[in-house]
Amino acid sequence: MIVAAKILIAYLIIQGALLCLIAAVGTLRLPDVYTRMHASSKGATLGVASVLLGVFFYYWFINGVFSGKVLLGIVFIFLTVPVGSHLLGRAAYSVGVKLDKRSVQDDYKGHRNFVIKHKDDSYL
Amino acid sequence: MAYQILLNVLLACCWMFLIDTYSGTSFFIGYVLGILCLLIMRRFFSERLYLMKAWAIVKLLIIFIKEVIIANISVLKTILSPKSNYKPGIFAFRTELRNEWEITVLSSMITLTPGTLVIDISDDRSILYIHAMDIDDAEKAIHDIRVSFELGIMEVSR
Repeated sequence: MIVAAKILIAYLIIQGALLCLIAAVGTLRLPDVYTRMHASSKGATLGVASVLLGVFFYYWFINGVFSGKVLLGIVFIFLTVPVGSHLLGRAAYSVGVKLDKRSVQDDYKGHRNFVIKHKDDSYL
Repeated sequence: MAYQILLNVLLACCWMFLIDTYSGTSFFIGYVLGILCLLIMRRFFSERLYLMKAWAIVKLLIIFIKEVIIANISVLKTILSPKSNYKPGIFAFRTELRNEWEITVLSSMITLTPGTLVIDISDDRSILYIHAMDIDDAEKAIHDIRVSFELGIMEVSR
């Protein structure tokens, strides 16, 4: 029982650390702000969440302490990271950061005209 | 929904007073009996039974966790693949949702799902501008996922 718990804890923490590492590599490798934001927001969210889950299981199974603070931390990360990355992306766009050269589509450019022109489309 | 929960708690308290034991167990038994009472009396409520709504929320959470894991795997593939043959782009998505909290939930779910990031929401709150990691193959599939999210949120708020 304890061994299985230890394996689970080790798996969760190593998985979280690897996800954070890959997110860091992604912020170096990807071309522009927006694609970097994909890597950082998604990788960091699940990475930190699984590290915290591992810590929670460690305190619960090994030490016998039910630590609610760690669970609250997971919930707060899931609530705040999307909002933070949305705000960063929006701020970057309104400051005028260009998209990468490979980008094929930019509906947000001149979006007010777009709203009037394509009023009746179901989705685009 | 809040009204029904309050009624259920009140029924549970009534049960505790009736059997004169004040503990968590008797509260729980009273709560279950209260659920039965609400089930019998449900045609007098204007909304549907709140348990249905709670179940819809649980379903939405399960879908959400699944999507977060899929998102991480797809981003991981994109980062670690040696050739970069993806085409990023921003596309517009028309949403049916109207309440502010519904749009907030939808946009944070979109941000945490495969290859999409919400850049802006239009002023009349009907169009979401979404940055996609790979616009070719993703757009149709993402739209399907989005529809499932949207329907899930509608199911909760209905």
